[in-house]
Amino acid sequence: MLSVDSRLDPLLKRPFSLHRFVSGDLQFLYKVVGKATSILKEKKTGDIMELIGPLGNGFPLNQAGKVKPVLVAGGMGIAPLVALAEKVAKQEPFFFYGARSADELLCLDELDSIGIAPVVSTDDGTAGRKGFVTELVDEFLTKRHSSDLYSIYACGPKPMLAALSGVAKKHKVKAYMALEESMACGVGACLGCVIKTVDGYKRVCKEGPVFSFDDIMW
Amino acid sequence: MDLSVDIGKIKLKNPVMTASGTFGYGEEYAGFIDINELGALVVKGLSLLPKQGNPPPRIVETPAGMLNAIGLQNIGIDKFLQEKLPYLRQFNTPVIVNFFGDSVEEYVKAAERLSSADGIHGLEMNISCPNKEAGWSVFGTDPEITYRVVSSVRKATDLTLIVKLSPNVTDIALMAKTAEDAGADAVSLINTLTGMAIDIKTRKPKLANIRGGLSGPAVKPVAVRMVWECYQKIGIPIIGMGGIITADDAVEFMLAGASAVAIGTGNFINPGVTMDVLSGIKSFISAEKINSLKELTGRVEC
Repeated sequence: MLSVDSRLDPLLKRPFSLHRFVSGDLQFLYKVVGKATSILKEKKTGDIMELIGPLGNGFPLNQAGKVKPVLVAGGMGIAPLVALAEKVAKQEPFFFYGARSADELLCLDELDSIGIAPVVSTDDGTAGRKGFVTELVDEFLTKRHSSDLYSIYACGPKPMLAALSGVAKKHKVKAYMALEESMACGVGACLGCVIKTVDGYKRVCKEGPVFSFDDIMW
Repeated sequence: MDLSVDIGKIKLKNPVMTASGTFGYGEEYAGFIDINELGALVVKGLSLLPKQGNPPPRIVETPAGMLNAIGLQNIGIDKFLQEKLPYLRQFNTPVIVNFFGDSVEEYVKAAERLSSADGIHGLEMNISCPNKEAGWSVFGTDPEITYRVVSSVRKATDLTLIVKLSPNVTDIALMAKTAEDAGADAVSLINTLTGMAIDIKTRKPKLANIRGGLSGPAVKPVAVRMVWECYQKIGIPIIGMGGIITADDAVEFMLAGASAVAIGTGNFINPGVTMDVLSGIKSFISAEKINSLKELTGRVEC
């Protein structure tokens, strides 16, 4: 939870995923969408901001077995997945990346530097396949025989994650999804960021932000 | 420097409390502040049975404030007593349990159950919730119903009884007087102000529940005015709250008539806010050469 400054509007801290941790620097990747990110954009080197974190859980990794990680990013959902790709690089992960248009595909150089060439789709066809990234994942898994050798790690807009859950279910693949919700406290106190799961409402800030796809009532 | 405050039978070492629903069951903030330093800790509102709350979205930010429609989600009194209260007993800070019901009978049962537990120092009644025996109108907006429910709970508990008042009324001082007459040891105010926000592109309410409760600095002047009005009509202590994020805010509430203050939304903005406010109050009374905090309460010069 990052406080962009001490003014009263915007009032609340904002939840961000950790993008990368490079030579002692914590990096956040954000898109300017409203008041807080507009303020963030004006920040200069040396400016001080307050944050609390890290909060919540992370992606559950299975680095021991033969399971191949399949990373799926949609739009700004790329933010937490670069560091994950770096972490599982030795397992030769597959990486699928969808965006609205070619100019919204970010971090391609970063992915390249860790030896990952993502399979890309765009809504408008300006890069990679025209269509949704979930279709690429579906085709990929259809061509594979034993789906239990794959594990999906995804972050992106809710409709994409819901569709991807369908793909995971169809191919009987485990899938873990990092969700985003508006938050007030970030520490599990306010109960403002809940999502409906098979066990009732759960807090995205505390029990999440990563959930198994079959826990969520999409 | 005397910072102590008496609220009913509870002796607070300082006037800084947490507001119900913003501090969880205490453990959520234990990594940020020393719970022992709080004047009192008020936990998330409880009912006899667990409640799952409203569908999301439950919160929306507004200028200098936020609307929430959590829907009183809670784990229920039994689970609180088994799983959360033992943790809170380790601290030397009084624990005040906020609770509610949907009928007079349920309030009474809840108060009885909570009063039998060891480690609860006071009860705070939320009367800003719907009454199933009166067409789901809000308990705390009708003086007769307020009197009935508060006096019934009064008979069911020997613990310090605080009544948390709804600001969504025409005359809050009348409601405070009603609570006092019904046997309350103190009143706390204000609960959130009913509000609404609309997404102009989708033309849908921003909250799934349509309406929500407004809190944060945006409501502070309303809350200060209401504390001032109540102070002139009642003799029992007032716990003031509504948008407090600095020591100056807290002092303003005390001058208006509050004996103690509670911090709610401020905890979300700064998880260490209670300690910041406490040290700011100490600096203030030291700079103003005030010996006892009690000298501040109600001392606004109108």
